[in-house]
Amino acid sequence: MMHRIFASTSQVLLAAGEEGSQATEGGYGTLVPGITSGPLVEWAWLIIVVPLIAAFVIAFWGKKLPMQGWEVAWGSMGFVAIYGTVLFVVNATTGIVYEGAVEIAKIGDFTLEWGWMVDGLSIMMYFLIGVVGFLVFTYAKSYMKDDVRYTWFFVSFSLFAGGMLVLVAAPNLIQLIVGWELVGVASYLLIAHYWEDYANVDAGNKAFMVNKIADIGLFLGVIIMAVSVGSFRFSDIIDVVVRGEEGMLSQYAFWAGLLIFIGAMGKSAQFPFHVWLPDAMAGPTPVSALMHAATMVTAGVYLLGRLFPFYLDVDGLFAGDVRNIIVVVGGVTLLLSGFLAIVQNDIKKVLAYSTVSQLGYMVAAMGAGAYTAGLFHLFTHAFFKALLFLGAGAVIHAVHSNNMSDMGGLRKKMPITFWTFIIGTLALIGIFPFAGFFSKDEILASVRYAGGSGQDAANFILVLGIAGAFITALYMTRVVALTFFGKYRGHAEPHEAPRMMTYPLIGLAFFAAVAGWINVPGVYTGFTTWLATRDPLTGMGDHHPESFDWLLVFIVTLVVLAAVAIGWWLYGRDADTRAERDTFRIPVLWPLFENLYYIDEFYMRGIVRPTMGPIARVVLWWDMHVVDGVVNLVGLGSVGLAKSVRSFDQNVVDGIFNEAGAVIGGAGSILRRSFTGRIQQYAAFSFVGVVIIVVVSIIL
Amino acid sequence: MTIIQFILVGSALFALGIYGVITRRNAVLVLASVELMLAGVNVNLVAFNVYLQDPILSGQIFVLFIIGLAAAEVAIGIAIILMIFRNRQSADVADLNLMKG
Amino acid sequence: MPALMESVAIADWFREAANWVFLLIALPTVFGAWRTVSSNNIVRAVLYLVVALAGTAAMFLILGAAFIGLTVVLVYIGAVIILFLIGIMITRAPLGVEAKLSHGREARLSAALLSFILFAVIMWAVADAFGMSKIQPFEPTATADIANLLFDRFLIPFEVVSLVLLAALIGGIVLARRDDIGRDEPGGEG
Repeated sequence: MMHRIFASTSQVLLAAGEEGSQATEGGYGTLVPGITSGPLVEWAWLIIVVPLIAAFVIAFWGKKLPMQGWEVAWGSMGFVAIYGTVLFVVNATTGIVYEGAVEIAKIGDFTLEWGWMVDGLSIMMYFLIGVVGFLVFTYAKSYMKDDVRYTWFFVSFSLFAGGMLVLVAAPNLIQLIVGWELVGVASYLLIAHYWEDYANVDAGNKAFMVNKIADIGLFLGVIIMAVSVGSFRFSDIIDVVVRGEEGMLSQYAFWAGLLIFIGAMGKSAQFPFHVWLPDAMAGPTPVSALMHAATMVTAGVYLLGRLFPFYLDVDGLFAGDVRNIIVVVGGVTLLLSGFLAIVQNDIKKVLAYSTVSQLGYMVAAMGAGAYTAGLFHLFTHAFFKALLFLGAGAVIHAVHSNNMSDMGGLRKKMPITFWTFIIGTLALIGIFPFAGFFSKDEILASVRYAGGSGQDAANFILVLGIAGAFITALYMTRVVALTFFGKYRGHAEPHEAPRMMTYPLIGLAFFAAVAGWINVPGVYTGFTTWLATRDPLTGMGDHHPESFDWLLVFIVTLVVLAAVAIGWWLYGRDADTRAERDTFRIPVLWPLFENLYYIDEFYMRGIVRPTMGPIARVVLWWDMHVVDGVVNLVGLGSVGLAKSVRSFDQNVVDGIFNEAGAVIGGAGSILRRSFTGRIQQYAAFSFVGVVIIVVVSIIL
Repeated sequence: MTIIQFILVGSALFALGIYGVITRRNAVLVLASVELMLAGVNVNLVAFNVYLQDPILSGQIFVLFIIGLAAAEVAIGIAIILMIFRNRQSADVADLNLMKG
Repeated sequence: MPALMESVAIADWFREAANWVFLLIALPTVFGAWRTVSSNNIVRAVLYLVVALAGTAAMFLILGAAFIGLTVVLVYIGAVIILFLIGIMITRAPLGVEAKLSHGREARLSAALLSFILFAVIMWAVADAFGMSKIQPFEPTATADIANLLFDRFLIPFEVVSLVLLAALIGGIVLARRDDIGRDEPGGEG
């Protein structure tokens, strides 16, 4: 039996002697302490700090180092990998629950803390980030070899690793947001890594903006939650939930839960915030593998896991209702993005939509109240999706093109890449005995269980999940067929990747093959207990199947095999000719898929431009009327300004009926006349503003 | 002593400072006028600090911070004026119209 | 604050000796400020700034804030004014009477109007709120108290200000340094 105590037994609380009172409350089972102190966990903050220091060192001295700073980044990730593995193993054998904290500032009742969680959930993420990160960094050395900003790439990449570790180590919501934004910035920098091409800059901006919009939800949710609990610490929040305390948190739980989930939707690219992730493939392939497949995009799922008892809501007081929304969002996302993956020609975009789809599975699992299933899929997905991305990167490296129409027949030329890619594919589509089989099956079983135990939305999502498995198998068969079978259609001379690139592939393939065996229902369910941050007997209070749901296993395997067969029939039989025609076209749906459901277009035409237009008009009106009025009042008005008032009157009448873009253009040319370039005039305006504000506030 | 007499002097300095900021053409004198405005604010802060008998002396300590920042501001301001003078052979604010639209 | 709102009649105000001292300081202060913004001689304008700032320092002394007053003398009159004079010297401003120190008459009038309105608004607001209310007798502020607060309660802002000063120091050097290497400056003076 694994040993656990409450996640909330931080050093502080232990010292205060409150551990006993908390451990017995809540009715979550008997608690036996594992490792709760000692140098292993007390020095775990090094995991977070080392990559950040590495980023700093590379930024300042990287170019002077013999390997251009790569060795520092690689060494820091190696350190994280080793420390993460040690923690993972110790956690699996003894059990670790620890929460370290350093007080940074105290403002009234509010304490700002920087801390590091060392519990099942965090350790899993340390292990994942360390091992996958290490392999990807190894791969990146030779993949990025001729890059113009080689050193800068590793600065941003190490910054990302540090930010991600800050995020997963966070014992409070403030630190979580710091990490959340750090990875957001790193993501922006790395997506726009090739900024000479304006499209890449656009992709970076898009990722940043979409995430920012979702982050508004996160911020509001965090504020509501922190105000109602009176603390930013996860342990305090979870304690309120576990005690089933009625109060402010239970009153606002729905909104807090929903808003925080909106934040998670942005980072984890859930419908309708998924639009940024496919565009994010503009970044270098190692970035796509580590950030936009394995770790960063799972931050939303991680956050749901961190707040899991709040969402699971056994007492029916908290955010249980939000789970219906979560499960539907996850289900819709997994299906819709799966369809989009079928029609992409860019191999990385296929994998990107596939990632969105798999994230949909994880979110749906969380929504169905299946903590272990969701995080288990996160765990296995990180390995096989990173593997697929790195494999795709090796292919791209060989054929100098992202498009599958330039590939084909690479099976013989790149055998290692081919076989590892096949392992990744089998893991992704869920063929026994590869990793994805176990995790996806557990998700579907949990969704089925949730549907059977009163969550009606889950029944519907179960169907979507099985359909998603079909689609996953279909598009992956297409990718394999078009890339590795048939005739070579490209122009470059393909060759097997160098060893620095194939070794990481082999390493990830190993994990993709075996990672599923750590959680086999009815045989060995170690992962469930390793992951629990609170209770060794019931885990997180979620349901665990006693054995395989054989009916479901049968159906899903059948569906997947059928999909592979259909996919092979469509794309594999004579791949060289089929690929060019891409015959699998459904009349009505196909344009829909190819235009990505017109969502991006809707965002541009329906939201971005209509809001930009009126805002421009309001700004225009304000500048012209108010600023000009002020000018006249003060007597500094010049002939040019008087003219601009006249021309404004002419222009605004037309402008209202003009297209928004024309207004913005026109606004610039009118506005420029009020910008005389005379600083003192501006100063005078601002003083007039002061007078107006003072007078108004006195009168009111 | 009344509070208003100090406020009178303080706001007189502030208003004269504004006048100087708007009318002076020489950049160094614009900076001097800004210092005048800050001096007015300082008088105001200290006077109210004494009037309200603040136990933590926030008014006076704030003035110390203002003095420190004003010193930094002048140093940077003069350095910038120097740069501009080197590039354009003039310290006249009216010549600095690069921001003109 | 009923105790604080004790008012003084204007006639009584003139009977108090301290107020004559105040007037002795305030009038030169305002005069100095006026000449600072109106003088046509740039060096004189800066020297009048000394008068105005010395006036504020004296006013701090009346208010018992000796430390602040002396800081103003040291920092402003001692250092900042020197900076101004060096700035004037280096920018080769005309040292004699020069009509172009200020903008034209129209701009001056409107600026005067604006600053007067601001002054009137402030005085109106303050007179409305405080009237002729008296400053209660007070002890001069001990420098030790300021020191204790500065290094305890206000430690973080204090450190931040010191960082800003450091940044300004470095920034000043970087900006003012001549970077002649590899660049031809035909117009630069010797």
